[in-house]
Amino acid sequence: MSFHRFRRKATNAAMLTLTGLCTLIAVGTLVFILGYLFQHGGRSLTWNFFTKLPAPVGETGGGMANAMLGSAKLLLLASCIGVPIGFLGGVYLAEFGRSAFSFVVRYTTDLLNGVPSIVIGVFAYTLIVLRQGHFSTLAGGIALGVMMIPIAIRSSEEFMRAVPLSLREGAMALGASKTKAIFTVVIPAAKEGIITGIMLDLARVAGETAPLLFTSYGNNFWSPGWQHPTAALPVMVYNYAISPYEDWRQQAWSAGFVLLMLVLTVNIIARVILSRRGHVAR
Amino acid sequence: MSAFTTTDFRARPPGRALAFWTRLRRGDEVAYTVTLTCALSILAITALLVFELYTNSAETRHKFGWSFLSTSVWDPVAGEFGALPFIYGTVVTSALALLIGIPLGVGAAIFLAELAPAKISNALTFLIELLAAVPSVIYGLLGIFVLVPMLRSAEPAIRAVLGWTPLFSGPFYGVSLFSAGVVLTIMIVPFIISISREVILAVPNEQREGALALGATRWETTWNVVIPFARKGIMGSIFLALARSLGETMAVTMVVGNDPKIHASLFAPGYSIAAVIANEFTEATGGLYQSALIELGLVLFGLTMVINGVARLLVLGTTRKGAA
Repeated sequence: MSFHRFRRKATNAAMLTLTGLCTLIAVGTLVFILGYLFQHGGRSLTWNFFTKLPAPVGETGGGMANAMLGSAKLLLLASCIGVPIGFLGGVYLAEFGRSAFSFVVRYTTDLLNGVPSIVIGVFAYTLIVLRQGHFSTLAGGIALGVMMIPIAIRSSEEFMRAVPLSLREGAMALGASKTKAIFTVVIPAAKEGIITGIMLDLARVAGETAPLLFTSYGNNFWSPGWQHPTAALPVMVYNYAISPYEDWRQQAWSAGFVLLMLVLTVNIIARVILSRRGHVAR
Repeated sequence: MSAFTTTDFRARPPGRALAFWTRLRRGDEVAYTVTLTCALSILAITALLVFELYTNSAETRHKFGWSFLSTSVWDPVAGEFGALPFIYGTVVTSALALLIGIPLGVGAAIFLAELAPAKISNALTFLIELLAAVPSVIYGLLGIFVLVPMLRSAEPAIRAVLGWTPLFSGPFYGVSLFSAGVVLTIMIVPFIISISREVILAVPNEQREGALALGATRWETTWNVVIPFARKGIMGSIFLALARSLGETMAVTMVVGNDPKIHASLFAPGYSIAAVIANEFTEATGGLYQSALIELGLVLFGLTMVINGVARLLVLGTTRKGAA
């Protein structure tokens, strides 16, 4: 075997091994992160965490019940804004879109999706908090709602596009109007995908911290209505993690663990549903 | 259905109005208008976002002009605001993340797309894409309590290898530009892998077969044929990752050290645009201070818009999914 040939073979083997190593590092990181959180967060998780209010500094115990309700309220408000606009916008792009204009909408949607979440937070601050003069659940919900729209639009559009044209033609051949065809044939056919897309969207904004820091701010007690600042799970993770108290840090691990479990569960379920349907998991 | 048609007959107005009237009755016009409004709202929101950030940063823009971007004194008490330390920190941490992340991500993508059997590749990609779904505050949590102590104990080794450069000089407290860069690497690698893999998988098989038939080794085929073919999409994935790392807030805030000065050493604490907004926004009393932070937001917005814009154009059409 000539030296030249040997060198080529050696390069081949070395580089291919190297790529395998890269994969190993990437996957290893994930396993490490999950393992560490399970071990650290799962251990300190108690029932109190789900039922009690945060304890004042110096007292041990306490939980984050208000933060969980706060997160739920923020997500509800976000869905009320993000889901209808996103879904109907997706209907427009998939069914009515004309080429040039819908390209602009699609492109803007992708760009809005790429705007850093902290900038969305500043936007909601100037829009709501600055005008009202106080932090509120409303402002936080709007910030998260704005973040939901782009993904909701793009995923709804994608799943409706995946419905075969023949179904639309069949409906219209039977005398249905375009609208009737869309709402009774296309949307039901794409329903599962659209809902899954929205679940993934919710899971994403559920973990967002930056847009909430100066919109919903934080609160150590229950937050009545929509006009008061409220605690939220991701913000609690942040505030407790950077605190100097050992007990709070322990709580941050628990909160992080709960948050991660919620997000990963939704993601795993959604991806399994999508792959079963033969879609590429996003 | 028959009732529907009968009404149509009775209410038939003449000429062009017919089409409109019928479409209106059937709901087409309504549905079109409603969905169009929703699609337009995306443009409206984006425009409103720019407008709000622009008008609310008017005070600093008038006072400092472009020198805001090029001066490096950040002293809220004295009312002096220069954004350079934050821009520096943002660029350095992101550059570091790309430096480590590109070889790692593209390497793994090559393995997953070219070498691994489909089943294993899909399973591993599934895991890696889950990594992309982990909230950034969790990365920050792990950053503070796991990565920083780890780097601190790895410090002598890093110094022994790279200590001769000014980049790794000075005391190391754990929180630093370097730590932030490493956390960002962990966060962007899944993006690079999952999009690059898509792009590489989309390369037609004839390309590979041709190269292999000419006697190229597997690696030569990948490196000289497949990668150049997928180059545009891979570049796109890198730009997307860059945009994400520039705007990343929580994880960076928690490990970067939050020191608004420019240090040459990566071991020194620094600051980033997103981190300073997150940390100081609620404390910002006085119009000028807040206006300066909002202008920083505008800078960050502009930066990520440009990079994302380029990325989308590159990825568009090169993957099976279109824009990711």
